[in-house]
Amino acid sequence: MTLLSKTTPGDSVDIKQVTAQGKLGQRLMDFGLYPGLTVKGVSNAPLEDPMEIEINGYFLSLRHEEADYVEIS
Amino acid sequence: MLKLAELVADKRLIALAGQPNCGKSTVFNAITGASQHVANYPGVTVEKLSAFSSINSTRVEIVDLPGTYSLTSFSPEEKVSRDFILHDRPATIINVADASSIKRSLYLTFQLLEMETPLILNLNMMDVALKKGISIDTEGLAKELGIPVVPTSIKRGEGKKALIETTEKSVLSGVHSKFKVDYGPMESAIEAIASAITASSGSLSHPLRWLAIKLMEDDAEVKKLINSTIPEPNTIFNRAKEERSKFKKDQGESPEKHIAYARYKEANRINAAFITQKPMKNKSFTDKIDAVVCHKFLGPIFLALVVFALYNLSIVQGYKITNYTWPLLAKLRFFTEWIMPDPGFITEPMIRSLSLWFVDSVNALLNYIPIFFILFALIAILEDSGYMPRMAFILDRLLARFGLHGQSTLPMVLGGVYVGGCAVPAIMSTKGIPDEKARFATMMIIPMLNCLAKIPLYILIINIYFADHKSLLMVFIATITLMLALPVSKILTLTVLRNKPSEPFIMELPTYHLPTVSGVLKRAFERIWMFLKKIVTIVAAVAVVIFALLQFPGLTHERKAWYDNQAEAAITTFHQKIAKTSFGESLNTNDGHMELILFADRYKKARRGSSKASMKKINTRFKSENPIFYSITTGKGSKEAKTAKKILKKLSQSRKKLLRGIKQEKIKNSFLGKFGKALEPVSMWAGFNWRVNIALLSSFAAKESTVATLGVLYQQEAGEENQSLEKRMEQGEKGFTQLHALALLLMMALFPPCVATMITLKIQSGSVKIMLISFTYQSLLGFMIASAVFTISSLLGLTGLQAMFGFWILALFVAVIVGFIKPQKNITVKGGCYD
Repeated sequence: MTLLSKTTPGDSVDIKQVTAQGKLGQRLMDFGLYPGLTVKGVSNAPLEDPMEIEINGYFLSLRHEEADYVEIS
Repeated sequence: MLKLAELVADKRLIALAGQPNCGKSTVFNAITGASQHVANYPGVTVEKLSAFSSINSTRVEIVDLPGTYSLTSFSPEEKVSRDFILHDRPATIINVADASSIKRSLYLTFQLLEMETPLILNLNMMDVALKKGISIDTEGLAKELGIPVVPTSIKRGEGKKALIETTEKSVLSGVHSKFKVDYGPMESAIEAIASAITASSGSLSHPLRWLAIKLMEDDAEVKKLINSTIPEPNTIFNRAKEERSKFKKDQGESPEKHIAYARYKEANRINAAFITQKPMKNKSFTDKIDAVVCHKFLGPIFLALVVFALYNLSIVQGYKITNYTWPLLAKLRFFTEWIMPDPGFITEPMIRSLSLWFVDSVNALLNYIPIFFILFALIAILEDSGYMPRMAFILDRLLARFGLHGQSTLPMVLGGVYVGGCAVPAIMSTKGIPDEKARFATMMIIPMLNCLAKIPLYILIINIYFADHKSLLMVFIATITLMLALPVSKILTLTVLRNKPSEPFIMELPTYHLPTVSGVLKRAFERIWMFLKKIVTIVAAVAVVIFALLQFPGLTHERKAWYDNQAEAAITTFHQKIAKTSFGESLNTNDGHMELILFADRYKKARRGSSKASMKKINTRFKSENPIFYSITTGKGSKEAKTAKKILKKLSQSRKKLLRGIKQEKIKNSFLGKFGKALEPVSMWAGFNWRVNIALLSSFAAKESTVATLGVLYQQEAGEENQSLEKRMEQGEKGFTQLHALALLLMMALFPPCVATMITLKIQSGSVKIMLISFTYQSLLGFMIASAVFTISSLLGLTGLQAMFGFWILALFVAVIVGFIKPQKNITVKGGCYD
């Protein structure tokens, strides 16, 4: 099982599932993360956390601890 | 065609909804003009912007709902938007969407459609989409969704007319679309719940399908709603619970996720059918900027430059502008002096002193307006350009360690992270922090930073007691406040704010936009207006209370009689001496001396700051008004005039001395003064005597008052005229050492927020409790640190500098340790809704 948080900048990955429920789960879904979507790692912040990803042409930043709740294949 | 006026009589509204960064505020501004007003939604601190537009020369109220990605009940913004649509029933909703990311925008559009209100889809920023190679079949899209679709590029002024016309038509027709997102295997469950609701005896005007979907999502707010409106809600709840668990079992997926995924699936289908994207190879403009701005090394440097520019332009340059605006405020004071009854020799009519105090208090705040204006405009630029989220991106890790949020960066910069800021705009700007826990923590530590008004006292104390180490001390102050504020924030989030909900950090890094001049100015004016309306008015009211506390009960009868005697003696001496000159006769009336004093006063004030040319005019004016007074005041024309001027000077000096004495005694005797004195047994632990106590207490109205009060308390010694306050304080406090000074500096650095800040805190937090906690913890912390540093260093026999270094290292140590404590996050990651 691989996690979105482990993605290195430049990699393109497919989302397998969002494991978080509740508020975090809802937020991840509201920001457009759903199974089957291709996500690209863009960069990490200067202090390594948070990370930046690209989805469908727009950019999201999220903390690694939050990206832990997204599984990729 | 019907006229909209009939709808206004109906009190029907138009709502503007959309996801963040879709250009919604530009659309709002374009269709409303300048008549908008800002208010808070009842019960929450989400800003509500509404305006009356003049569509077809009739007026319609347009409400700008907060920008949200979704319509769940997880955040106050989403709840507010949802409640507005459900309860205020707008005649139509304009759904503003970013034309270049329709797929994502549809996610919200579907949720709006489910609320069964007339809807218009406004595809904004079409120009940007075209540049990105996106073409949209708007007619096909409109047919599919069953709602009008209006493409616009509002920033370029394109499509505004069509949007207004379509809105009008939609308002008049009042029909909503029959479009439904297909939830596939969940449809049967939705239907089952819907019929359970219909079967119940309650009356709910909400869309049935929407209620059923929300119950499948286990939405806490909808459950509350049903609980309060339907007599036997349990039948419905049990049904929903059953359907939820059945769905989970059959599909192996939680219902709320299935709902979200189904919406994206539908969005993808529509996207594929009506939108074509030409492949683009070029790196976008935003990518190029981000390569620098979010770069590992260049990013922080750029951030530092932005902070420096913000600080320099607003605080430094803005302060220079106040040199030009202050004379205007001074005129207001002169005017007040002029319309008020004249003062007596040693008495001042109450109405006069109250009015002047009032004007001075308000002026002290108004003086900041140029600084605030620049600040607010710069913040608007940061917001509109899209750089603000990048600031958060860069610093989040560091700030998160202390319970703060990446987005606490801007408020902290505004509050004076180095030296010179202002807590009022800083607290106002915390509004953008989505994480409630971090937002409250940020608000509560901002008053600990170094606002502009603390600086006069710093400078006074440093000049007296650390004259050889001025810059070292300034660096100490600038760093120590941050080093104390960060651990305090962490402790607050672990204690008082423990139960406040946190938010996930996830945020969009929007594409960069060039801010428009009108948009920036508009926002700056709006915020200045809010500052004037909400804060200045209350500060003015509080100023009156503090005036009373400083004024009453006043002098005792004996002391008053003593001062009257002294005054009488000075006046008699004056009349005796002046009688020997040729001016004696014209001054030989009861009030002759007073008239002369007032004349001289006015003359002095008129000449202050005048140019040479106008000086001549002033001279002529005063000379023609009263040639005798003029000769005495200027001492020119004859030898006798020179003598008379000396006699007048003597009288003025005795008067000033008496007035200062009275003022000093009045403060000492006042309620505030007595309080300061009563505090002495406690405050001596920090080395503060009653004079320092009073000065600190008087700073609640405005921190600048501290130095002004000290100025009154350290009177000029007889015969040593015009000494600087530094000299006077040094002589007045012979027992003061560097340790006393250090304790006072620390106390001021951590001192409770001023009244204006407290009010802003109350407004932004929506809670009196937070305001009081903030006040109390800062008072206690400031005093405890000042006492500990003073007492312990005294016992150890440290010098002021040794104590300073010792404390600095200790604070750094504490900050680092506290940074490593694991914070507690209130984000639900398991289970259904959060309630």
